[in-house]
Amino acid sequence: MINLTKTPLMTQKQLANPMQPEPFRVKRVMKESYDTFTLELEPIASERLFTFVPGQFNMLYIFGVGEIPVSISGDPNQPAMLVHTTRIVGSVTKAMSKLKAGDVLGVRGPFGTGWPVSDAEGCDVILVAGGIGLAPLRPVLYQTLAHRDRYGKIVLLYGTRSPEDILFRKELEKWRARFDLEIFVTVDYGDSDWHGNVGVVTKLIPKAPFDALNAVAMVCGPEVMMRFTAIELQKRGVRGDGIALSMERNMKCAIGLCGHCQFGPTFICKDGPVFTYPQLQSWLAQWEV
Amino acid sequence: MKTLDELLHEHEFFKDFKPEYLELMAGCATNVIFEAGQYIFREGQEANVFYVIRHGHVALEIHDPRRGPITIETLQEDDVLGWSWLFAPYQWHFDAKAVKLTRAVAMDGKCLRMKCENDHTLGYLMMQRFNTVLADRLQQTRLQVLKLYD
Repeated sequence: MINLTKTPLMTQKQLANPMQPEPFRVKRVMKESYDTFTLELEPIASERLFTFVPGQFNMLYIFGVGEIPVSISGDPNQPAMLVHTTRIVGSVTKAMSKLKAGDVLGVRGPFGTGWPVSDAEGCDVILVAGGIGLAPLRPVLYQTLAHRDRYGKIVLLYGTRSPEDILFRKELEKWRARFDLEIFVTVDYGDSDWHGNVGVVTKLIPKAPFDALNAVAMVCGPEVMMRFTAIELQKRGVRGDGIALSMERNMKCAIGLCGHCQFGPTFICKDGPVFTYPQLQSWLAQWEV
Repeated sequence: MKTLDELLHEHEFFKDFKPEYLELMAGCATNVIFEAGQYIFREGQEANVFYVIRHGHVALEIHDPRRGPITIETLQEDDVLGWSWLFAPYQWHFDAKAVKLTRAVAMDGKCLRMKCENDHTLGYLMMQRFNTVLADRLQQTRLQVLKLYD
């Protein structure tokens, strides 16, 4: 069974006061699609290094507007830069999308469990992303590619709405040119300029090139997509306890005190956001959890 | 060079078919190649064939007068293209276009329907296989219309 990566020691030190936002300056804002953007942030305290494990999230605070949880989408091997990718869905993300280089926002974190990157050593690594779910999985790609010899095949299966919604397009093209990484992208609807796959991401699983008996799968996307992905992975032969999912709920404190993100017997912020499939399986199809 | 029944035997759709049935199927089969960009069939045309795709990439399209062709699904190696040959009025519901060079085995629907009528065990087997394909496609379409990634 896979273990979920715990917060590293260095990060624990950083969290001396987990409720105190730390000021970070926006270095760059990149538009990924019409409703999705990436922020590159630098700590105002210049000596600060931001250590995190892939899968963790931060609470980002737009002063005077509000605070929201956002997964870290950057490279864990580059702790001088903090990178977040998010979609405009509410007032905070809308305000965030209007930030410019030089603006300041508050950061608390990193919080939560990480993807089972260490447990996947020696195995094939299957990443299944749906829509914005690619963002929390990108650090796994950075990490596994930085230690490529430790892993078997690395396969990314990515589904999104349309070709215009594909995230990190340039980076995906660069990765696709590598011989040691397989990338399959599918969209729900394609126009005549799209020559790739059309269909849901689960459709890619039966033919994806990996050894199901020696694979660790990491899945991130909307809950319905993750439910059906886990079922399809198991049909292919991947063990349930070899599947990790990342959950999302309305979070406020991020340290398991307020209860806003309770999901069955767990708190997404403290016990997750990354869980093994057996931890969630009986809860995923429950109503009003 | 492989015989048609050998090619069919290699295909996922005909997995575990008895050799005598494969031989019977091969009697209705033809090897075909489609160039990239070539239309395999068009909406409204007579549907008296289905294709078992060996290599390549096929887009199922629907044409919208305002938006042009919209791809609703793509099929690849080991997929089956077309089931309109099974049901009256035997007309294609979509356009199918080879996105890249595609090699397939074309199965003559009229020939198959006749063989299935004569041998109901074969007919049942074919219906089972096609129902599995249809159920998979229906499930995928259900997920697709959910707009999962919104």
